[in-house]
Amino acid sequence: MSVEQVIQLEKVNKWYDDFHVLKDIDLVVDKGQKIVICGPSGSGKSTMIRCINRLEAHQEGKIVVHGTELTNDLKNIDLIRKNVGMVFQQFNLFPHLTVLENITLAPIWVKKLPKKEAEEIAMSYLEKVKIPEQAEKFPGQLSGGQQQRVAIARSLAMNPDIMLFDEPTSALDPEMIKEVLDVMIQLADEGMTMLVVTHEMGFAKTVADQMIFMDEGRIVEQATPEEFFDNPKSDRTKLFLSQILNH
Amino acid sequence: MSNTTFQTIQHSKQYNWLVKNLFSSWVNTLMTIIAAIFLYQVGTAFLDWAFFSADFKTNFQGDLITDRNLCSKNIAPGEYGACWAIIYARFDQFMYGLYPVEESWRVNLTYALLPFAIVGLLFDKLPFRKYFIYFTFIFPFIAYFMLYGGPGLSVVGTNKWGGLLVTLFLGVTGIGLAFPLSIALALGRRSQMPIIRSICVVFIEFIRGVPLITLLFTANVMLPLFLPDGVNPDNLLRALVAVTLFQSAYMAEAIRGGLQAIPRGQVEAAQSLGLSYWQTTRKIVLPQALKIAIPPIVNTCIGLFKDTSLVLIIGLFDLLGVGKAALADMSWTKLYYEVYVFIALVFFIFCFGMSRYSLYLEKKLKTDNS
Repeated sequence: MSVEQVIQLEKVNKWYDDFHVLKDIDLVVDKGQKIVICGPSGSGKSTMIRCINRLEAHQEGKIVVHGTELTNDLKNIDLIRKNVGMVFQQFNLFPHLTVLENITLAPIWVKKLPKKEAEEIAMSYLEKVKIPEQAEKFPGQLSGGQQQRVAIARSLAMNPDIMLFDEPTSALDPEMIKEVLDVMIQLADEGMTMLVVTHEMGFAKTVADQMIFMDEGRIVEQATPEEFFDNPKSDRTKLFLSQILNH
Repeated sequence: MSNTTFQTIQHSKQYNWLVKNLFSSWVNTLMTIIAAIFLYQVGTAFLDWAFFSADFKTNFQGDLITDRNLCSKNIAPGEYGACWAIIYARFDQFMYGLYPVEESWRVNLTYALLPFAIVGLLFDKLPFRKYFIYFTFIFPFIAYFMLYGGPGLSVVGTNKWGGLLVTLFLGVTGIGLAFPLSIALALGRRSQMPIIRSICVVFIEFIRGVPLITLLFTANVMLPLFLPDGVNPDNLLRALVAVTLFQSAYMAEAIRGGLQAIPRGQVEAAQSLGLSYWQTTRKIVLPQALKIAIPPIVNTCIGLFKDTSLVLIIGLFDLLGVGKAALADMSWTKLYYEVYVFIALVFFIFCFGMSRYSLYLEKKLKTDNS
């Protein structure tokens, strides 16, 4: 049985002016795979997943998503973004729109769904993230954890095949982290292809098929969670794990 | 019982306020007393001049004032009050210019409809706001038909327009036309495309670097040179072009300030959902940016409204122009104070209104964002 590859990165390099952020990144993601990416700050992990929906452009190498190579051609980028959801560290909900409007915006304007249908879809995803009662509120009236769950529902409403999570729990108070992780675990159980940048190692152990450790723009180690946590190969990984696990 | 207690507390609160703000130290007390004496002197002198000793329609002998020689201050040596009769005598010109008197109901009707056209833009929680906004878009056509004329109404050339009509026409139309133009300029200035960006930067910086008077002269003298033969827009239209360009450059900078205040994450979130540049701009960026930019936008509007009085220089009779014309009339000459105070009052009413609106918005935005 052949596995469908949904994302391929080949020798991807990226610079911010003189600063070399991504160095020869190679990565293949199969359909349904859950990959957790960790590493110290500034290691390029956010930049890497932001290249996958082209919020950032790479300069060298090849990124292929769903068989489409990401280039400067604008049209294919909107198509890719429709199918690749993204959840941000700072939620980035639209503060001038209600929760319901936040979620229905893209289905109505990008997918051209009728308003009523979009609202039904939005409500079903709000139920999924367990806050349907907040539909008419504005983002500013919600807690951080609720906002992040709305952000997840907003991405899911476009019915994406791939979800990118960029440190989704880093800006949350500790007691709200679990409610967001629970939603993500549920999503993983349903077979969503996920790339998650996070330092929540408990979550990683539960969900990940593959762990990736990045440092200074390179993928230093890629392994299954068992191998990664019990028997890391590189010294850099060992040091990192000892620092985040033993405090 | 409880009522009296309440009142004592009230009283002591006011007392505390006075002590804290006006008499907290001997310097403060001294300043308060000096300021009070000054205000009293100036205030009573002005009120006496403007109201208590002033002539309105009749002088102190009870005669109707028909020219300056009948003003009290020009009859009796001890009288000094204002002679407002000039305003009454020239009121039609102050309001309509040389607009035919029998047609002036058309101007009045337009004035009366103007608030309905604006109110929908100003208050976002207004009931039936949608219909008011529709009216806002229809209003310019109604106003054009009513003021200029057309089928069923006699044509009144813009050379007959004057006074408050010209001031309001230039102010309101200039601001209205400049608004969409300034949004385009502000977006263009942040465009990724170098050509569009350069055009917008050059336009904005050129207009901002030149006084409005220069633009008015340019529009008046040079615009006809650029247009094909036979197309000869009238003076008012030329002034309108200059005023609109001027206002759009300043407004564009106010809007750019709002655009810069929108966090990058907003655009990224919209893009990651698959929204195009225009969808992102229209649905996410502009609604938030304009909200932030309204107070500075209103500021530029106040500035422009006052600057419209400069059209006097290219021969248009706005409020100030009509005032000067009134003073040039032999039978009313030398009543400078009355005319200029009246003009100042009219400008003040409009500008103060805009200023209060801006304050109201600032307060509202603060509570909205918390």
